Amino acid sequence: MLRLWWPNWALYRCNNRDTGIVEREPIKRTWQEFLIERIIRATGVSAIAIVGLIILFLLREAVPALMQVTPADLLADRWYPVEGYYGLAPLILGTLLVTVGAAVIALPAGLATAIFIAEIVPRWARDLLKPFVEVLAGIPSVVLGFIGMLALAPLVRRFAGAPTGLTALTGSLLLALMALPTIVSVAEDAIDAVPVSYRNAALALGATRWQTIWRVVVPAARTGILTGMMLGVGRAIGETMAVMMVTGNAARIVTGPADLFLPVRTMTATIAAEMGEVAQGSTHYHLLFVIGFVLFLISFIVNLAASAVVFRETRRSERVMS
Amino acid sequence: MIRLSRQATQRIAFWLISLIAGLVIASILLIVGLVIVQGSGAIGWEFATGFPREGMKEGGILPAIVGTLLLTIGTAIFSVPIGVGAAVYLAEYSEDNALTRTIRIAIINLAGIPSVVYGLFGLGLFVLFLKFGTSILAGSLTLGIMTLPVIISTSEQALRAVPHSFRVVSVSLGATHWQTIRRIVLPQALPGVLTGVILGLERAAGETAPILFTVAAFFLPRLPQSVFDQTMALPYHLFVISTQVPGMPIRIQYGTALVLLAFVLSMNLIATLIRRHYRERRQW
Repeated sequence: MLRLWWPNWALYRCNNRDTGIVEREPIKRTWQEFLIERIIRATGVSAIAIVGLIILFLLREAVPALMQVTPADLLADRWYPVEGYYGLAPLILGTLLVTVGAAVIALPAGLATAIFIAEIVPRWARDLLKPFVEVLAGIPSVVLGFIGMLALAPLVRRFAGAPTGLTALTGSLLLALMALPTIVSVAEDAIDAVPVSYRNAALALGATRWQTIWRVVVPAARTGILTGMMLGVGRAIGETMAVMMVTGNAARIVTGPADLFLPVRTMTATIAAEMGEVAQGSTHYHLLFVIGFVLFLISFIVNLAASAVVFRETRRSERVMS
Repeated sequence: MIRLSRQATQRIAFWLISLIAGLVIASILLIVGLVIVQGSGAIGWEFATGFPREGMKEGGILPAIVGTLLLTIGTAIFSVPIGVGAAVYLAEYSEDNALTRTIRIAIINLAGIPSVVYGLFGLGLFVLFLKFGTSILAGSLTLGIMTLPVIISTSEQALRAVPHSFRVVSVSLGATHWQTIRRIVLPQALPGVLTGVILGLERAAGETAPILFTVAAFFLPRLPQSVFDQTMALPYHLFVISTQVPGMPIRIQYGTALVLLAFVLSMNLIATLIRRHYRERRQW
């Protein structure tokens, strides 16, 4: 039992100063040390406890809704809780549309920017550009939403010919911008970690720089790139404020990509916009927690999948190295 | 179809990539530049130290600034001890077993939870179940939990970067495990830990969704008096004045955005400087 939290190297010390003989005698621990270790162990385990609490309290407020509403109601295509229409389909489709739109923009742009920073620009520029792109991750989403409303929405209205600038497309563009720093940062790390010998071997065989990048370096870094993309898109799904401010928030069924030019409403925006006005304990109130729990599950799956990719690859690389 | 030569393909590919990267970088510059240029006109002594007047269309944003400062401090009080403690556990005490793997999965999971879901959780646990009400206490706890994964993972990396030999030497001199951690490992890892803490708090300071239902007030004519009071906060205030109040002067909106952006990015800058400073001075 002791071994669990007491690594080997700290267990013993030389206890005979004259002869230097190590008689493996455990160090005596005072009760303070014991206490401190217990506290540190508790903080470590607290992460599990918090996830448990989150699940517990989301379910605690969500389950009553499931008693009052049938699954058929939830799958219906109309969200108008005030009049008893509890269909989540428009919200889920809204999130899907905005997120897919963001992914279509952010994935290629993120990969291109990562290649640009890692492979094309000189080293000094890399050291300048990488923190610069990461600054984007630090801009609060409400500021991006604000700029999106004032600067991006009018552009969308003019170029897309939409009746309003507050559309799914505006949301997708902003979300792409928010997913980019994650994608660029993780993918760039992965590309940078590809051994120089790979590049030298490819160049020595007569490949151009571009062929080396596209056929050798990028495939070798694919897991890192993929992880960055998943984390970036995961961030986009959960984003709330910016999306709420620029997508127009009309809960309507999405029928196709053409709806990019119309207002939509996402799951996150629904929670944020309606929780303030809803009567506590009503079906509507509990339903918002159901939406929250669905979001929790989605993020759980995305992050587990992303980390599974990393774990598997680490094990494989360990095998290859040894 | 014309087959391009390898050199032509390379030229086109490099152009395309540079163009896309240029667009990304330009859009960042444009956003930050727009807020600075448009917002600087509103910044002044009265804006920073005055209360909102005339339905928030005049005056300053002092309550929002103070609120964000209080929330950031409150977040730090909760998340720093637990976050650094968990990092010490993972880096110094834990072994590779099922418990450790479960903790890691929990942290990865926490890092990905949408901020609005943290808001729901805070509402369910702190505001309603523990009866803190919409208060600074509930908001700080919610933000603190949201910040934990950032602090844990960056601090753990910093602790792991301290060479193993430091620990071996310390223990061989007769120090106990905890003495080694407190006197040797933690001081060496401090810059990295600090960077992680600041980055975590930066995220907390800029978030709106978790404070929507746990602490944020639309408008308060006075500063909060206790941890059980509601407070205004910069991100929520920006949201309110840009979407909920019709006829809001654009100058004040941009000014608020600039104050928030400056607050958050200066924290980012401090973290970067600390990291750079100590990386250059480090002797191992």
